[in-house]
Amino acid sequence: MTIVAAAAIAANRFGLGARPGDLAAIGEDPRGWLRAQLAGGAPLLAAAVLPSTQQILSGAEPIVRERTQARQAGQTSADPAAALSLAMRLPQYLRPIYVNDVQARLRSALRTDRPFAERMVHFWSNHFAVSVDKFALLGIAGSFEREAIRPHVMGSFRDMLLAVETHPAMLLYLDNQQSVGPDSMLAQRAARRGRTLGLNENLAREILELHTLGVDGGYTQADVTGFAKVLTGWSIGGGQGQFANGMTGTFQFRPLVHEPGAQTVVRKHYAEADQAQATAVLRDLAVAPATARHIASKLACHFIADDPPAAAIEHIARAFEGSGGYLPAVYAALIDSPQAWSGATVKYKTPQDYLFSLARGLTLPPESEPRILAAFELLGQRQFAPGSPAGWPDRASDWDGASALMKRIELSDAVAQKLADQRDAMQLAPELLGGALTAATRESVARAASPAQALTLLLTAPEFLRR
Amino acid sequence: MSSIRKPAAESAPHMASQRGLHRRRFLQLGLAAGGAVLGARYAFAAPGATDARFVFIILRGALDGLSAVPPVGDPDYARLREQLAIGVPGTADGALALNAQFGLHPGLPFVHEAFTAREALVFHALATPYRERSHFDGQDVLESGLSRPHATPIGWLNRAVAALPAGAAHGAQLGVALGQNVPLVLRGPAPIASWSPSKLPAIDDDTLQRIADRYVNDPLLSQRLADALATDRVAAEATASSAASAPMTAGESGVMRASTIPAAGAAPTAGMPAQAPGRYLEVVSAAAGFLKREDGPAVAVFDTTGWDTHFNEGGAQGQLRQRLGALDAALRIFKETLGDTWSRTVVLVATEFGRTAAANGTRGTDHGTGAAALLLGGAINGGRVVVDWPGLSARALYQGRDLRATMDLRSVIKSVLRDHLRISARTLDAQVFPDGGIPYAADLIRS
Repeated sequence: MTIVAAAAIAANRFGLGARPGDLAAIGEDPRGWLRAQLAGGAPLLAAAVLPSTQQILSGAEPIVRERTQARQAGQTSADPAAALSLAMRLPQYLRPIYVNDVQARLRSALRTDRPFAERMVHFWSNHFAVSVDKFALLGIAGSFEREAIRPHVMGSFRDMLLAVETHPAMLLYLDNQQSVGPDSMLAQRAARRGRTLGLNENLAREILELHTLGVDGGYTQADVTGFAKVLTGWSIGGGQGQFANGMTGTFQFRPLVHEPGAQTVVRKHYAEADQAQATAVLRDLAVAPATARHIASKLACHFIADDPPAAAIEHIARAFEGSGGYLPAVYAALIDSPQAWSGATVKYKTPQDYLFSLARGLTLPPESEPRILAAFELLGQRQFAPGSPAGWPDRASDWDGASALMKRIELSDAVAQKLADQRDAMQLAPELLGGALTAATRESVARAASPAQALTLLLTAPEFLRR
Repeated sequence: MSSIRKPAAESAPHMASQRGLHRRRFLQLGLAAGGAVLGARYAFAAPGATDARFVFIILRGALDGLSAVPPVGDPDYARLREQLAIGVPGTADGALALNAQFGLHPGLPFVHEAFTAREALVFHALATPYRERSHFDGQDVLESGLSRPHATPIGWLNRAVAALPAGAAHGAQLGVALGQNVPLVLRGPAPIASWSPSKLPAIDDDTLQRIADRYVNDPLLSQRLADALATDRVAAEATASSAASAPMTAGESGVMRASTIPAAGAAPTAGMPAQAPGRYLEVVSAAAGFLKREDGPAVAVFDTTGWDTHFNEGGAQGQLRQRLGALDAALRIFKETLGDTWSRTVVLVATEFGRTAAANGTRGTDHGTGAAALLLGGAINGGRVVVDWPGLSARALYQGRDLRATMDLRSVIKSVLRDHLRISARTLDAQVFPDGGIPYAADLIRS
């Protein structure tokens, strides 16, 4: 492979897409360019003026309280118009927070000089997916990424796992905040009043299946139930009724709902008390060989191929195990995998890949941000809104539908119509694609009937639809 | 580049009718220039190739069958379900009666009407062969039709489409996925269209032609582009012709769009995003528009999500009620838009697995086993609940927690494919569902 093609792979497959000048800057040492991004600490958002989860949820509390009081006082049924305006206040409060967060995320993706580190933020945010499809997440999906993902992307998997599973966003998304141990004090108290409280096993199952061991990682339904018991009490402060205590919008361990006693999870006995019990399980899961293999498989799928070779997975998994899940060591193994540098373009871009690379390649100005965000929705990948806790899928067959392709073509054309006076497709083609640029695309761009058409042909070229 | 002339017409806004014309004009161009690549894929099917229509609505996230089809006559039901239990028929917000043992959730009035009109069959305590509790593996098995997850990248409905005589003969698209991308159940070698409403302006023919030329040596992209063009043409015609029968408005980009039709009995409760009732209707109207055409696709798949009710599921009212209400409204609109074609249609509504027999600790239900499913349509020999009911007693439950599965969902599907789409049993047993020993459910289709 030529040096130029390797630079394009570094910028487009590992990074978020080349901007004009990027390939020249990467030059002859693409691996070094990537490794350099592993230094420099956590890829935090540059302008950190966004509110914390605690601030966001504290701001929501009086709105929810007022609505509840109005309902209890019967005001909502008496005056439907007032009820509606009251009901709209929470979305009206949360939506701008969501928009600010996705704009900050977009800005970071477009301007970062560490696009590989930024791609890893997106990778982990998707691995530990939460979704604003669930309304409770609307305000805090962005703060979740800022607080639980970004600080640990260049740290250890264990720390990220602990930050994720104690974050209010994940506890809310996977319904753990009100899961109650069947023999806990609160459950016994409720039973005396004829009420049944009990487990919700959603979080426990998805931690095992999606976050750590993987679906074939060797756990059973009994492990799910046992782990769900271990996780009882992992909750969020604030709230109402019997869950009212604690600081709003922060992790709160509730001893009253925690299932007492030792539990067995994946052949290991956990006798720790209270919060320490689930922490111990998570610490073990974080370094389990099945977890290493699961994470390595997902990384290889993301960077090497939809069906990556076993040797590449093995290589990455060994780096995970050998380093105890120290992520920069895992990334270094990925960069060192020869398979990650094969073929000029091997992965079909997701809509997110496509839009980030398009916006970076065309150096779209800040005023186009709202339109870019609208385009995420048009192309079927609204930010922070995957359809399930498994996150967005990562294979071509999930994204290469005919209708999806036509939407990319129509979008490219709309962008090209606007920008044709300011961007020269012939100049851009080698800047964006480097050694991946084919003669067929160069020719098709060169022969275009108009500057706009030339730009459309570049943005819809097979090598621009893939990375 | 500076010497290139910029055609003045390019930036003119396109109207709805122009979009269809543009595409059609392009198709002629395509036949002249890139015909070798794009040829023969312009229609869904040869007229008269097959009359039967089959729609699969996937409910992702595991529908709670014990709430959708409550076994109100089971002595253990109300106790297990606590405040999630649906009341017996005749009580306030009670179940809609099916027979002495079963009812329908009160959010499913259209399904109940269809059942009463003998155009719906209700199945219970059935499952795919999958017996673990991962959504994602469960959906993989539901869609692949094999017994293990990730056994094949080809879906059972694609294998069925490939077996339709017209599909093999004409290379026509006999299947359409209603969405931007194709779900596993339809993926495979048989060409499949995908369609979703577009909000973007149409693109001119010359640019499309050049993109098609550029894709000539890229099998995936050339196939997808050809499929998209064919579907867009049919969509433009279908939506134009159904404008008379269903309320449609021209969207801002000029593409015909279904107006949002409020669904009776499914108003969003305060505080929830106001999306539930109307959200399926545009897609369902378009689907009906495709299917009623003589050269329309024989099969369509419509994906829905959001059935994973771990928390605050609700009983007769609440979260699940909203989802069921939206589904029910969509089915009603689908039937109305289909018109006469309804008599030749079968709709399967199914999910990856059921949910726990008992309510969990947070007024919801966790992942379970035995599920409920529906068949609807004018071609259905309906009005029956098809079930070998295992009961909900502690001893009867699977692993002490789930409704036991006593029927293989594939028995239902096989029977529909044989008796409705007329695929031979030999093909079904050898290619579509190659796992042996799956019997055919009896008498599902009107003879």
